[in-house]
Amino acid sequence: MSSAISVSNLYKTYGSGFEALKNINLDIHHGEIFALLGPNGAGKTTLISTICGIVNPTSGTILADGHDILKDYRAARTKIGLVPQELTTDAFETVWNTVSFSRGLFGKPSNPAHIEKILKELTLWDKKDNKIITLSGGMKRRVMIAKALSHEPEILFLDEPTAGVDVELRRDMWNVVRALRESGVTIILTTHYIEEAEQMADRIGVISKGEIILIEEKNELMRSLGKKQLRLQLQEEHKTIPAALAKYGLELTPSGCELIYSYDAHEDKTGIAALLKDLDKAGVGFNDIQTKQSSLEEIFVNLVRERK
Amino acid sequence: MNLYAIRAIYLFEMHRTWRTIMQSIISPVISTSLYFVVFGSAIGGRIPEINGVSYGAFIVPGLVMLSLLTQSISNASFGIYFPKFTGTIYELLSAPVSYFEIVIAYVGAAASKSIILGVIILATAALFVPMRIDHPFVMVLFLVLTAVTFSLFGFIIGIWADGFEKLQLVPLMIVTPLTFLGGSFYSIDMLPPFWRTVTLFNPVVYLISGFRWSFYGVSDVHIGTSLGMTAVFLVVCILIVRWMFKTGYRLKS
Repeated sequence: MSSAISVSNLYKTYGSGFEALKNINLDIHHGEIFALLGPNGAGKTTLISTICGIVNPTSGTILADGHDILKDYRAARTKIGLVPQELTTDAFETVWNTVSFSRGLFGKPSNPAHIEKILKELTLWDKKDNKIITLSGGMKRRVMIAKALSHEPEILFLDEPTAGVDVELRRDMWNVVRALRESGVTIILTTHYIEEAEQMADRIGVISKGEIILIEEKNELMRSLGKKQLRLQLQEEHKTIPAALAKYGLELTPSGCELIYSYDAHEDKTGIAALLKDLDKAGVGFNDIQTKQSSLEEIFVNLVRERK
Repeated sequence: MNLYAIRAIYLFEMHRTWRTIMQSIISPVISTSLYFVVFGSAIGGRIPEINGVSYGAFIVPGLVMLSLLTQSISNASFGIYFPKFTGTIYELLSAPVSYFEIVIAYVGAAASKSIILGVIILATAALFVPMRIDHPFVMVLFLVLTAVTFSLFGFIIGIWADGFEKLQLVPLMIVTPLTFLGGSFYSIDMLPPFWRTVTLFNPVVYLISGFRWSFYGVSDVHIGTSLGMTAVFLVVCILIVRWMFKTGYRLKS
């Protein structure tokens, strides 16, 4: 079976000469939630816009469910729904009209029952006859999601769906996203909120300066994050680690004042108690103890920094 | 063919017309009626007949054309410019529609509005001045052809414009003067020979002349020439739109 989205050797250079995307290769599996992380200006939106047909690729190929997005754009685009980052809606139209319009635009016969279902799921039903201009920002965001879902897409792009959105809407939105995934929709989202990616995504990709620098199963990533560090501030400077403590695989900082012990917090026996006993036996005194877990954010920041 | 999309865009655009009925229908009807009152009923009686047609009746085809041209351009240019301005064009660009379908829907809606407007203005004119239509089929043909051609022209302006000023520029600075100087209020035979030759470079002359022929059977240039010139302008507009969509000009980066 082909991938939901398959991007190969994609380059995008804007007219100004700016290289927004450099040799992107990416396969999104059917039915997964894929989170694309990256700092501002990394190329997240350009990548999504290129896949959706809003930006012309400079070179490379993109397939949506096996259909080339340029040669076979009708089949490809019918399968895709897009919620862009900017809140752009027809201010003077009603919610119902604008969502129905989107369905027609994507080549589907009208289906009031489906529109009703979407509006109810997004708690927009009360507002269906309101003009969009009268809605709050969060409500407008829901309208944009409703528009993207109006034609029953198999692949949904959410570009920064929770940027500037309140807690309640975020929770609603994730419920909708989960329900969509249950029904087999593939979801690709970009976000700044790393905990969001942690909670929702099956796989995580990191993009920086137009290049994909990491694609990893989220669980895999979390496992490596499961590692914690115990840092001990020593009373005295040590040149070497006492031989009696060799089995713990300790690390001594260059200053000789700090010992670092890495352990897996998910294990039953972390070995901390034994280590502290052995330190006492070896006569190594310490002033302070700290434990620390590296977050996805840190890994992400480090990854991006390494590239610079 | 994505007929649902054509229908959706067409209805959306027509809905916009009814929502803004004051601006899109009533105000052009009123402003054109003023011409009928002033030049047709009030002053017209003191102006001699032109080619056997009373002055009030003589100016009707030209005035209908004036509204048809300006309204076609402004309807179509605004229809495509506004989504570009607000950003909602993303949806159009990401939808499974061909440029042909987009043009059919937008231009179709803009032309429909102008035709409705043209018919209302004609009906209004009949209240103020005595008029007749000798060749109704040719009249309808000209009405439709002009509405479609200039809606297409407006569509091009809407894509080209990157600000509201440019959107207004072409209708106000080019189309209105060309229409006034294109024989709306006079027969170009009344001009000195030099200016008559200059006037023949004005494409609107052919529209007004042909349209007037369908009413009274008199024209400044041959009806075939009028139809031919209109068709040429239509083809030029189609080619420009085709090029714009092929290259993504001012639509896609």
